[in-house]
Amino acid sequence: MIEFLYVAAALLLLLTGLGLARMMWGPAPADRMMAAQLLGTGGGAIALLIASASGITAIIDIALVLALLAAFAAVALALGEPGTKQPDGQANP
Amino acid sequence: MNLLPDLALVLLILTAAIWTVAVRDRRDAVIGFIVVGLLLSLAWMRLNAVDVALTEAAIGGGATGLLLLRACARLVPTQAESVLPRLSMRIMTGLLCSVIAVGLAAIVLTPVEPPATLAAEAAANMGELGLGNPITVVLLAYRALDTLLEKVVLVLALIGVWTLTPDVFWGGAPASLRAQQSSGALTFLAQVLPPVGVVIGVYLIWNGADHPGGTFQGGTVLAAMWLLVMMANLREPPEIRLRTLRLLVVLGPVVFLVAGFAGFWIANGFLSYPPAFAKPIIVIVEAALALSIAVILGMLVAGPAARAPR
Amino acid sequence: MSLVVDIFTMAAVGAGLFFFLAGTVGLLRFPDTLTRLHALTKADNLGFGFIVLGLLPQSPDVLTGLKLVVVWLLVQLGAATASQLIAQFVRSERRHEPAA
Repeated sequence: MIEFLYVAAALLLLLTGLGLARMMWGPAPADRMMAAQLLGTGGGAIALLIASASGITAIIDIALVLALLAAFAAVALALGEPGTKQPDGQANP
Repeated sequence: MNLLPDLALVLLILTAAIWTVAVRDRRDAVIGFIVVGLLLSLAWMRLNAVDVALTEAAIGGGATGLLLLRACARLVPTQAESVLPRLSMRIMTGLLCSVIAVGLAAIVLTPVEPPATLAAEAAANMGELGLGNPITVVLLAYRALDTLLEKVVLVLALIGVWTLTPDVFWGGAPASLRAQQSSGALTFLAQVLPPVGVVIGVYLIWNGADHPGGTFQGGTVLAAMWLLVMMANLREPPEIRLRTLRLLVVLGPVVFLVAGFAGFWIANGFLSYPPAFAKPIIVIVEAALALSIAVILGMLVAGPAARAPR
Repeated sequence: MSLVVDIFTMAAVGAGLFFFLAGTVGLLRFPDTLTRLHALTKADNLGFGFIVLGLLPQSPDVLTGLKLVVVWLLVQLGAATASQLIAQFVRSERRHEPAA
């Protein structure tokens, strides 16, 4: 069982690592943010698998923090859309 | 067999880091930076440094990524960007970085035998303080002076950011953080997530006594929840002349200092704890520190004042 | 009993890995930003959900299991919101650059 979970974690790492390719390719910033999102969720899943395999339940807290802050980068991306004005009068380039 | 996924992780980190440095667009580089932070958090987890992994996940994914993306949004392309430094300068910089990297690698890869560490003695005396997490014991008891100085540095950093305010705006509120278009999904998230986030933040602070966690991780989560509320336009950033705000900013270091000086009367000296009251004092100091960290990080991301005080 | 539990865990984690694979392949191969977003949400929701489902029976105590459920709920909330926000971002970017 434990070996299976470790192998599953390794496979998941490989898969989310492939998402890096989209981060480097993706023409739009949204594509890159999606790769980051995949990595965040995948990383959380990897943490949960390793927590269960190694018995160190503290690692679940890492997944908890990753899950909590999952949406943050996506929110921040929306802050700097081009062609709009900041409320203090400066225009975005 | 066990080495393979670790190697894969290292390769991923290197790829992401090299791409982040090489990419031209600022915003793409910030996204790469967030991804490198996430992968580093996984690496720390593999090295059994759960406290550091928690901090990396909280800071890299939350606070710093947000800070940098906001900075990207405010920067206007200038003339200086189109002029690269001279080739000789670039080569020298590359050489210097390589020398430092090789030096660090040499230090890490040739360990001293037996390893020079105080871990055994530190772990032996942990029981006196009633704490179970050796990291917290080191941060708040053995090296409490370092932690105190670090928190003071945080306050100084915030003052440094505030000094960027134009004179005419001094005392006013930072620029509004709200996202450009009001979004139902964002408002929903900012109404549902912060209560859960606050509970998780307090849990991380409280749990840090005996398990991985602590003031910095919990404080960062609290700051992230506050920032989320401000980004969804449910609250405006406070004016920097507000007394309550400034009180909260210095609360942590002040309480820590009071506890430190009280050590002269009730224990052996500065920042020393009486054995009977060690844990309550540490918990009070942790609570004050976490509150200060949350406020300081939130105001750091909000930036200098951009409006005249009302 | 323990064998049944182990088989359930392996099946659920396997299903989760399958959906992550589907999501990653979709993210890499779909032609358009919004279609890739659709693939991503499959991985986020189904992949993560199945993995948590598979790990629930393996948790040492009820509290840990509860923590797993909380993590799953947070990921659901965060991923759903993030996909909405990314889609809105894409739409507003297209509105401002009609030539692209």
